[in-house]
Amino acid sequence: MIERINFWGLHGGWRTVAVIVTYGVLPLCALVMLVRLYLRIRLWWRVGRPEPRWDQPPTRVKRLLKYALAQVKVWRQLYPGLMHFGLAWGFFVFFIGTALATIDADIVKFLRGRLYLGYKLVLDAFTVFFLAAAFLAGYRRFVQRPERLTLTAPFALTLVLIFVIVLSGLMTESLRLASVARQPELQPGWQPELAWWTPAGWALAQVWLGLGLSVPVMIQVHLAMWLLHAGLVALLILTLPAGSLVHVLTAPLNVFFSRLDSPPGRLAPAFQRDGTPGVATLRDFTWTQLMAGDACTECGRCQDACPAHGSGLPLSPKELILAVRNELASHGPELLKLRSQGAAQLPPFASVAVEDAAAWACTTCRACAAECPVLIEHVDTIVDLRRYLLAQQRADNQLTTALGNLRRYGNSFGKSDKQRAKWTTGLDFKIKDARREPVHTLWFVGDYASYSPALAEVTQAAARLFRAADLDFGLLYDAERNAGNDVRRAGEEGLFELLAQKNLTALQKCQFEQIVTTDPHSYNTLKNEYVWTNGTAAFLGDRFRILHAAELFDELLRAGRLTPQQPTHCVVTYHDPCYLGRYNNVYDAPRRVLRALGCRLVEMPRHRDRALCCGAGGGRIWMEEGQVRERPAENRVREAAALPDVQYFVVACPKDLTMYRDAVKTAGLENRLIVKDLVELVAETCLPATAGVTAPATAAGQQAPPGQTVAAQ
Amino acid sequence: MDIVVLMKFVPDLVEDLEIDAATGLLDRTFLRLIPNELDEHALEEALLLKERCGGVVTVLTLDFGDVDEALFTAIAKGADRAIKLTGEGFDQGPSNQRIAGAFSQALGDLRFDLILTGTQAVDDLDGFVGALVADRLGLPYVGYVTKVTPADAGLVVQKEYPGGLNAELAVTGPAVLGIQAAEKPPRYVVTSKVMEAMRTRKIEEIAIGEVTTEVEVPVSAMALPESGSHAEMLEGDAQQVAEKIVTLLRERGIVA
Amino acid sequence: MCGEVCVVVETLRGKVTDITFVMLAGGRRLADGLQTKLTALLLGQDVQKYTRELGAADRVVCIEHDCLAEFNPEAYLRVATAVFEQHKPRVVLLGHTATGTDLACGLARRLRAPIVTGCRTFSVDNGTAHYSALICGGKLIATGPLPEPTCLATMMSGGYKADEGRGTRTPAVETLSPPTALDPLRTNFKQYIEPPTGDVDIAKEAILVSVGRGIQNKDNIALAEELAAALGGAVSGSRPVIDQEWLPTTRLVGKSGKQVKPKLYLALGISGAPEHAEGMREAELIVAINRDPKAPIYGFAHYGAAVDVLELVPKLTAALRKA
Repeated sequence: MIERINFWGLHGGWRTVAVIVTYGVLPLCALVMLVRLYLRIRLWWRVGRPEPRWDQPPTRVKRLLKYALAQVKVWRQLYPGLMHFGLAWGFFVFFIGTALATIDADIVKFLRGRLYLGYKLVLDAFTVFFLAAAFLAGYRRFVQRPERLTLTAPFALTLVLIFVIVLSGLMTESLRLASVARQPELQPGWQPELAWWTPAGWALAQVWLGLGLSVPVMIQVHLAMWLLHAGLVALLILTLPAGSLVHVLTAPLNVFFSRLDSPPGRLAPAFQRDGTPGVATLRDFTWTQLMAGDACTECGRCQDACPAHGSGLPLSPKELILAVRNELASHGPELLKLRSQGAAQLPPFASVAVEDAAAWACTTCRACAAECPVLIEHVDTIVDLRRYLLAQQRADNQLTTALGNLRRYGNSFGKSDKQRAKWTTGLDFKIKDARREPVHTLWFVGDYASYSPALAEVTQAAARLFRAADLDFGLLYDAERNAGNDVRRAGEEGLFELLAQKNLTALQKCQFEQIVTTDPHSYNTLKNEYVWTNGTAAFLGDRFRILHAAELFDELLRAGRLTPQQPTHCVVTYHDPCYLGRYNNVYDAPRRVLRALGCRLVEMPRHRDRALCCGAGGGRIWMEEGQVRERPAENRVREAAALPDVQYFVVACPKDLTMYRDAVKTAGLENRLIVKDLVELVAETCLPATAGVTAPATAAGQQAPPGQTVAAQ
Repeated sequence: MDIVVLMKFVPDLVEDLEIDAATGLLDRTFLRLIPNELDEHALEEALLLKERCGGVVTVLTLDFGDVDEALFTAIAKGADRAIKLTGEGFDQGPSNQRIAGAFSQALGDLRFDLILTGTQAVDDLDGFVGALVADRLGLPYVGYVTKVTPADAGLVVQKEYPGGLNAELAVTGPAVLGIQAAEKPPRYVVTSKVMEAMRTRKIEEIAIGEVTTEVEVPVSAMALPESGSHAEMLEGDAQQVAEKIVTLLRERGIVA
Repeated sequence: MCGEVCVVVETLRGKVTDITFVMLAGGRRLADGLQTKLTALLLGQDVQKYTRELGAADRVVCIEHDCLAEFNPEAYLRVATAVFEQHKPRVVLLGHTATGTDLACGLARRLRAPIVTGCRTFSVDNGTAHYSALICGGKLIATGPLPEPTCLATMMSGGYKADEGRGTRTPAVETLSPPTALDPLRTNFKQYIEPPTGDVDIAKEAILVSVGRGIQNKDNIALAEELAAALGGAVSGSRPVIDQEWLPTTRLVGKSGKQVKPKLYLALGISGAPEHAEGMREAELIVAINRDPKAPIYGFAHYGAAVDVLELVPKLTAALRKA
C-alpha cells in the first residue's frame, strides 16, 4: 500500500537540515511572527479606548466561518471572489495539508492507501486552483488596473512570493513523481495507475520525463526546490505581520470582534474627553476602530461604492481607514510615550491624517460597510471625526446655519415650528391630534414632508390614502421636531439628544400602537436610536412597531384595505433609500407594493444593498456641495434612463424625491424619466379619481406614458 | 482688553406679528424672543478680540424673558461672564431708553475697556441702545463698525458706508461701538458645550433699581402693513409664471 | 432756528447723499404743516458748493472746520449739540444712516428731547405733527405724535422720493464758526478704504437679477447668473447673501450697499426688508418672486408671483432663450 514518505528525497546531511528547518527554523519563524504581530496589534488596545466585544461567542464563531472562511462578502463580485477564494482556500488547504503531514510523520501514520491518495488529490486540485487564481490576481492588479486597487511594489512582491512558494511545491511533487515513475522502489506501493491521483504533479512530471533527466539530477533539483520552498515559506511567515498579507490574521480578528448587538442604524454615543466630543487624536478611537485599520485589505470596494468618491469629492473610505492604520503605525508608539510622560499635546488626527473635506463629504449611506469583506464600519469613524470637527468650528457656514435653525426651530428650513402642520390645510378633512386623543397609528411626518412646499402634495396624498384605508391615525402637529437622524450624523450629538428628548416627551404623552413615517431617516433613528424610558428603557423600535409607509401600504394592500382602482401597467424602476434598504433591510415591501399596483418592475444594475445614494444624507443636503464632477443623483438617474422601457423612477423618501426631481432636470432627462414617490403611485392607483388626486405630473410637453390611464381631474 | 457685550432680545420675525386689540400695540403674549442678530455679531467680534489680545468678555442683558439659553450659549462660545439684569417691567418689552438706562446702571460697577453691541435692532423705535448707553456714560460712540483693531492709545475701528466704502477712525479710551458685522460670521457652538455650560457655570443676576428715562417716544398705534396690495400677482405654476414674465418684459421693451 | 424744522445734511465723498433730499422732502411737509421754516444744517469743510442743491430748505446754516472735513461722530455731535442748544428747533431730522445714527441719540439726550427712529413719513394734523415708522423688518408700522417742544427723528427712504426734496430756489446761506471747541477729540478720522474695484458696478446696470435668502445656498447663485446672462444684466444680492459670502460686497443692494435704479429689478427670494428696499425701490420695474405672499416686498413691487424661486429661475432662463 502506498503511503506518504516523510522528507522524501532528502538524505543524509540534507535530511538533518530538513529536520532542523521543519522543527526548528520554521517554528522559530512562527514565533517571531507571532511576537511581531503581537507588537503590532497590541497598539490597538494600548492606544485605543476600551470597548467590550466578547459577548455571544457562538455567534461570533459563526460569523468567522461565514465571513472569514466562506468569505461570502468577497463573492459579491464574481471575478475577485473566485480569485480570492482560490488564493485563500489554496492556503487553508495547504496549511491543513502540512498539519496532517506533520501528524502523519510524528504522531500516527495514517496517510496511506486511499486516504493518502485522496489527500494528494485534494492538494493537487487546490494547487491548480491557486495557481489559476494567482494568474487572475496578477492580471487584475497589473493589467486591468481598476482604480480601487493599490498598485505598489509590496503587492507585486507578495503575489510573486506566494506564487513561487506554491509553484515550488508543485515542482517538488512533480520531480518526486517523475523519479518514482523511473524508479518505483523510491516510493513503495507505487503503481503507474496511481499517478492520476496527483494530476497536476503528474502532468508537470511528464516535462521532466520528456527532458530525459536522470533520477539523481531530479533528486538534486527536488532538493533545491524543497529548500527554496522552505526558505520562501520562512520569509512569508516572517514578513506576514508587516506586508499586505497581514489581513490573513487581522481580518478574522476584525470579523470576530465585529459589532453584534446593534443594528447598523444605531451609532455609538459620542465620546467626550475634557468636554471636547469626538476623535481628536488616535487614542480617542476605540480599539476596534484601530483594529479596522490593520484589518483593511486595501481592496477598495468601499471606494468604488462611495457616492462622494464617485462624484469627485475628496473622500475615499479606503484611504480614510488606511490613514488610521498609517497613523497608528507611525505615531502609535510615540503617542504612548508622550502619554506616559503626561504630555498634554498629542499628535492630532483630524486635518492631519484626514482632510476636513473628506470627513464632511460622506453621506453616511453605508455602501462602504455593505461592501467591505472584512466588516469594517467606516461611517462610525467618520461621524466621530465630524463630532470633533464641529466642536472645533471646522464646518461650513451653511451647515452651521441649518444646525442653528434646527436648534431654534426644530427644523432645518428656519420656519416656525408652528408652521409644521401647515400642509394639512390642503386637505378637506381634519387629521386627529395624537396629543389630544388616542390613535392606532401615530404618523411622524418628518421635516421635508412637512415643510418643503414642493412635497406638500405628496404628504397630502399619503393622508388621503391613510384615510381611504380606514386607518386610525394622528399627528403630533406642532410638537413634532426633526427626528435628528442626520443631525447626529453631522456630528451634533447634543442637538440630536435635544431633539430626541423633545420628540420623546411629546410621544410619551400620546397613546398609540404603532408609528408610521414616509421618511427613512426618521424611521431609522426612531426605530434604532430613540430610547423609550417609560417603564424599562428600551429602544423605541423594540417597544413599538415602527413602519415605513411602504411597509404599511404593503400590509394595507394585502389586507384589501387599499385596492387598486385603476392598475397602472407602467414600467418602473425602484431606488432603494439608504436608510430603508442598507440600514434596515426593507427591500421587499416596496417591491410588493409596486407589483400589487400593476407596475412592471425593472431593476437598476445597482439595486437593493447596492443602490447608489442620492447624496443628501448625513447632513449633506445642508452643506455646501463642493466641487463635484458629477452629482450622485445625476449618475443615478442616468443609470435608470439607460434601462430602455422604464418610465417612472420610484422613490420612497422625501429627500430622494427632492434630489432626483432636481437631478432629472439638471441632467436634461425631463422628457425621459418621471420621478415619483411610492405614495404618489399608490394614491394615483388606489384613490378614486375625484378625491382631489391630480393626474400623474407629466414632463413639460410630454404625453402621459402609454398604457397609463390618466385620472380625470 | 476687557469687553462688555450688551445684548438685547427682540421678537423673532419668523413668526407672524399680531396687534393687541386692547392696547393697539404689538401683542407680546405669544412672541418668541431671540437675541438681536447684530448683538450676536458684537459677541463674535468680542470673542475674536479676546482670542487675539486676551482679556475678559462679559455679556450683559436684561431679564427680557427666556434669556438663559442664549447666555449659556454665549458662555459656551467663550464669554467669561454672563449677567442678567432684573427689574420691573423688563419682560414687558421695555423701550431702548429704559434698556439703556438699566445697562448704564450696571456698567457703573463693571470694569471694561470697550463696550460692543449691535448697531441697531429690528424693533428699535426710540433710539439705539449702544448710542444711548454711550451718551449716558459719557463715552465716544461709533456705529456701523465692521472691524476693531487695538492700537497704541486705544482702537482703530472700520466704519461701513454705503456702496462698499469704509472709513477708519481712531478712538481713544473706553468707548462704545455699534457693530454692523463681525469680521467672521458668528460661530456655531455645539449643543453639548452649551449643555455643559448650563451644568457647570452660573448666570449672575443684578437687580436694577428704578431706571429714569427722561423722554419716552409716544406710540399711538401699531399696524400691520398691507402687503401684496401694490404688486400685481401673477398666477399659475412656475412654468406659467415664467412665460408671463417673458411676455411682460417684451411688452415693456426690456427684452427683444 | 427756534421752533424750526431742521435737517442735518449728509454728504459723502463730495456729494450730498440722497437721504438728505428725502429728509428735505419730509422736512418741507413738516415745516409747511407746522407753519414754520425749514433749515438745513451743513457741517464740514469747504461746503459752500453744496448749498445750491439744498433749495428745498429756506435757509442753510454752514459750519466749517478742519475737524469736520470728514464725518467724525464726536466732532459733529459737539457742534450740532451746541447749535441746537442755542437755537432750540421744533424737529431735527437726521438720516437713518451710518452718519445720522451716530449722532442721533447723543444729540437727543443732550437736548433732553425724545427721538423716533426709522421714520418714513410725517403728517401734520391741526398743528400736531405725527410720524410713521416702519419697524420689525418691515412687518410693523408704528405711528405717533412728535412731542413738543423739541423732537428728533431719523429718516429712512421709502416714504418720500429723493426728487421731492430737490428744490430749484437758492436758499439763504448763513455761515457760522464752530460754536464750541473741537479739541481734544477722542475720535479721529484716519482714512477711507476704497471698495474693491474690477467687478461689475451694479449701479450702472440696466437689468439686475437680485438674490436673497430664498436662493438657499451658494450653489444656486449659478442659476441666477444664467438668468442674468439671458437677460443681459448682472447679479446683485441682499445683505444675508453678502454676509454669507455668496456674492462679493460690490453686489450688495441696500442701505449699506448701492442704491440702484435699473430698468428691471428682479427680486428672487428677497423679503423686502427696509434696509434692502432703500436700495432699490426706485427701480422702474420691480418683479418679485417670493413664496410668502405676505412678504413686505409685495408692498412696493410692481409684479409678483408666490412660486418657488428655484423652480422658476431655470424655467425663466429657458423661456428667454427660446425667443
